[in-house]
Amino acid sequence: MNENILEMRSITKTFPGVVALKDVNLQVRRGEIHAVCGENGAGKSTLMKVLSGVHPAGSYEGEIHFEGEHVSFSSINDSEDLGIVIIHQELALVPHLSVAENIFLGNEKATAGIINWHEVNSAAVRLLEKVGLSENPVTPVGHIGVGKQQLVEIAKALSKNVKLLILDEPTAALNDDDSRHLLGLIRDLRDEGVTCIIISHKLGEIAAVADSTTVIRDGSTVETIDMAEATRNGEDLTRRIIRGMVGRDMENMYPDREVTLGEEVFRVEDWHVNHPTQPGRKVVDGASLNVRAGEVVGIAGLMGAGRTELAMSVFGKSYGRDITGTVYMHKKPVKVDSVADAIKAGIAYVSEDRKRYGLNLIDDIRRNVSAAALKRVAPRGWINGNEEIAVAERYRTSMNIKAPTVMSVIGKLSGGNQQKVVLSKWLYTEPELLILDEPTRGIDVGAKYEIYSIINKLAASGKAIIVISSELPEVLGICDRVYTLSSGRITGQVPVEDATQERLMELMTMEKD
Amino acid sequence: MTGTSNLLELMTRNLRQSGIYIAFVFIVLLFAVLTGGTLLSPGNLTNLVLQYSYILILAIGMVMIIVAGHIDLSVGSVVALTGAVAAVVVIREGMPWWVGIIAALITGVLVGIWQGFWVAIVGIPAFIVTLAGMLIFRGLTMQVLDNVSLSPFPAEYQRIAGGFLNGLLGGPGYDVFTLVIFALAAVGFGVQQWRVRMRKLEYKQSVEALWLFAVKVLLVAAVIMAFGWRLANARGLPIVLILLAVLVLIYGFVTQRTVFGRHIYAMGGNLDAAKLSGVKTKRVNFLLFVNMGVLAAIAGIVYSARSNSAQPGAGNMFELDAIAAAFIGGAAVTGGVGKVQGAIIGGLIMAVMSNGMQIMGIDQSTQNVVRGVVLVLAVAFDVWSKKRSSVSA
Repeated sequence: MNENILEMRSITKTFPGVVALKDVNLQVRRGEIHAVCGENGAGKSTLMKVLSGVHPAGSYEGEIHFEGEHVSFSSINDSEDLGIVIIHQELALVPHLSVAENIFLGNEKATAGIINWHEVNSAAVRLLEKVGLSENPVTPVGHIGVGKQQLVEIAKALSKNVKLLILDEPTAALNDDDSRHLLGLIRDLRDEGVTCIIISHKLGEIAAVADSTTVIRDGSTVETIDMAEATRNGEDLTRRIIRGMVGRDMENMYPDREVTLGEEVFRVEDWHVNHPTQPGRKVVDGASLNVRAGEVVGIAGLMGAGRTELAMSVFGKSYGRDITGTVYMHKKPVKVDSVADAIKAGIAYVSEDRKRYGLNLIDDIRRNVSAAALKRVAPRGWINGNEEIAVAERYRTSMNIKAPTVMSVIGKLSGGNQQKVVLSKWLYTEPELLILDEPTRGIDVGAKYEIYSIINKLAASGKAIIVISSELPEVLGICDRVYTLSSGRITGQVPVEDATQERLMELMTMEKD
Repeated sequence: MTGTSNLLELMTRNLRQSGIYIAFVFIVLLFAVLTGGTLLSPGNLTNLVLQYSYILILAIGMVMIIVAGHIDLSVGSVVALTGAVAAVVVIREGMPWWVGIIAALITGVLVGIWQGFWVAIVGIPAFIVTLAGMLIFRGLTMQVLDNVSLSPFPAEYQRIAGGFLNGLLGGPGYDVFTLVIFALAAVGFGVQQWRVRMRKLEYKQSVEALWLFAVKVLLVAAVIMAFGWRLANARGLPIVLILLAVLVLIYGFVTQRTVFGRHIYAMGGNLDAAKLSGVKTKRVNFLLFVNMGVLAAIAGIVYSARSNSAQPGAGNMFELDAIAAAFIGGAAVTGGVGKVQGAIIGGLIMAVMSNGMQIMGIDQSTQNVVRGVVLVLAVAFDVWSKKRSSVSA
C-alpha cells in the first residue's frame, strides 16, 4: 500500500477573474497530523473545498489520489463515502436537535425510514466515549458549550468511518482548556490510524501537534516541512512557518504619503467586550489604543482575534454585551451607546462585510450615499431630492465610482465600486475618525491602489484612520503605527519603521501565558 | 449628466413600477369592453369609489408595513373594532358624531401601540403579533357590541362615506363645483410637475424632452377631467374621495420625501446596514404600527358610515385585500420595495376586477378564483423581474 493516503497533484482552481489555486501539491502520509498554514485568503479553504467535493471535479485542474486511487468527487457525499470528512470552522450542527440526532443527521439508523432510537442513542454514547465527552445523547446541542459541540462534530465524523479528517480552524472559538483537550483527542485519533489535516492560524498549536506542515501562499504551495526533521535541525518551528507564510516580495503596491501628525483625536481605554450569546467569554479583553489626526493606525490580528468585534463595539455598541471602558474624542469622554451617538461623536465604521452591513443592495448609489447622514439633505425633515442627487454626483466624480449614473443599483456594481460607495456614505457624515475594516477585501489590485490613495488623502486632510486588515503587507504599506491583537488582547504596538511581517506575526500569534 | 432622456429610457427605467400602470389601463379597458361600457358609467364610477375606499386606505398603511419587511393580518379586525367603538359612543351613548370619530381614532392608536410594542420593542415577528391581534380585536369587537349590530348612525356620520359635495355652484345637469375641483387638481398636477422639472434643470439633471413632458401632463390632466366629468354627471364629488386624495398626498410625501419614510425603505432593504447607519429601527417600527392603527381606524369609520351600522363580523378578510393591493402594486415580498401610489393602483385593479365581474354577473366563487390567480401572477412577476435584474448584474 502507498505510504501517502492523499496526494493532490498540481491543483489549479480559478474563479472568474481570480486564480485561487495555482499548481498546488499536497501529500499527506497515512496516519499523520498534517497542518496547512497560510495567511487569510492564501487558498487553504479553497483547497479543502476541492478535496471534499464542494468544488466538484471538472471545476478545477489537477488530480486527486486517495489511497492510491485516482478519485473525482462531484459532491461532498462522494468524498464522505470514501471516508474524507471535513469539519468547518462554522459548526454545522442543528442547535435544537439532540446530540445523538446531530451525530446521525443525514446518516440515520433507520429501517424503511423508521428510526430505531435505542440503537441511535446507544451508538451515540459509544461515539461520545471515544471523543471523551460524557453528555446525555438526548441533550439538545444548543445547550452544550462550543468546545463540546466541536467534539460532537468529531463524533459525527467518526460515525461515518472517517479515514481522513479535515479540521478547519478547530480551536478558533475554543478556550485554552477545550483547545488542549481537542488537540489531545486529535493525537489519540492519529494513534488509532485516522489521518488528520488541520488548518490553523495558531502556530504554537501546530508546532505542538503536527507531524508535517504545508505552507501555502498566494494560492501556491511554498514548502512542506517535516516537523520532526526541522526540530532535529534545531529550527524554531514557528519562525520557519511564518517565514514561509509571508515571504513574498513587497511590490510597489502602495502610494507614497507625507505624514503630518496632529493632536490625538480618538482614544479608547480598558475596553472589555463579552460574547453576545456565550456569557463569560471575553472577546475583547482590556484593549486600549489611540489615534492622532492625520495618522493611519493598523490593527493586525488573525481571524477570531477580536478585531471586528473591537471596532463594532466601539461603534455604538453594535456587537457584544457587558461592554465596559471609555471612549475619548479629542481627549473628552464621549457616549457611544448607540450608532447615532457614535456618528454624532464623529466616528464612522466601514464594515468588512459591505454587502451585509454596509449597503442596501437593492437601492441606488444616491440613497446609499445619503443613508448615514440623511439629515444633511433634509434640514427641515423632508428630503431635498435634487440636493441628494447632487451630493451623490459629487462623490461619484471625486471617488471615481464607475457607474453610468447615481441612480444605478448598487448590487450591480463591482466590489471596488461598492466599497467606494460605502466610503462615500461615511465621508458624508463628516467623521473625524474612520474605522476601515478590511477595506480592500474582495477587491482587485487596481481598485486597491485607488482605495489606498483615498485613505492617504483622508489622512492628509487631518482625519484619524484605523485600518483593520489581515493582510500584513497592506498593514505595513499604508499604516504609520500598528497594534497587534491576539485573543482579544492588544499584544503589541509597533511603529511601522520597526515592523516586519515576522515580528507582527509573532505578536499576532502570541498566546495567553 | 445634463440632457434629456428618451421615451424608451423612461419606460424601462423601472419596469416593476411602470408595468403596474400598463396593467391597470389594460384591465380597465378590458372590463369596460366586457361590461359594455357600464364599468365607466357615471353611476358605477361613483359606486366604485365609495365601495373600495376603505380598502385603499388600508392599503396605504399596509404597503408601508410591507416595505419595512413586516405584515399586518389584524387590520380587518381593527376596522371592526374601531367602527364598533364609534357606534357604541354615538348610537348607544348618544354622543355627537364627532366624538365617535375621535373615540375610533384613539382606539386605533391604542391598537397600534399594543402591536408596535410587541413587534418593535419585544421583537416578536409581526406575523405572529398581528395574527394574535386578528383574534384579540375580533373578540373585543364582539364584546363591545354585545354580539349584536348597532344602527343607524346619525346623518352627519353617514355623510363621511355616503356624502357628496355638490350643488355649491349649481350647473345644468352636471355639478359645476365638482368640475372646478377636478380642474384645480389637473392644473395643480401640471404646476407641480413643472416646478419639479425646473428644479431638476436648476440642479443640472436630465429631464424628458419638452414635448414628451407636455404630452404626459396633458394625458394625466385629460384622465383626471374625464373622471371628474363622469362624477359630475352622477351625484357630484364624494367626500370620501377627498379624504382619500388627501391621504394619498400626505403619505406619498411621507414615504418619498421625509427622513422617516426613507428609513422604512432602508430597513426593508437591509436591516443590519440600516442599524449600522444610525437608523433607530425600534422607533420606526413602533411608529409604523401606530400609523397602521390610525389608518385602520379611518377605514373603520368610513366602513361603518357606509354600511350605516357596526357589526361583529365587519371587515372580515379586509387584511387580505389590503395585502393583495400592496403586492399587486409592486411591493416586494422581501421588503424594501413598494410605493403608496403603487398600492393604490393595486387596490384599484382589484376593485375594477371585482366590480367588473359583479356587473357581468359572475358568481362570487369564480371571482375569488380570478382574484387569487391575479395575485399569484403579480407576485410571480415581481420574483421574475428581481431574478432577471440579478442575472444582468
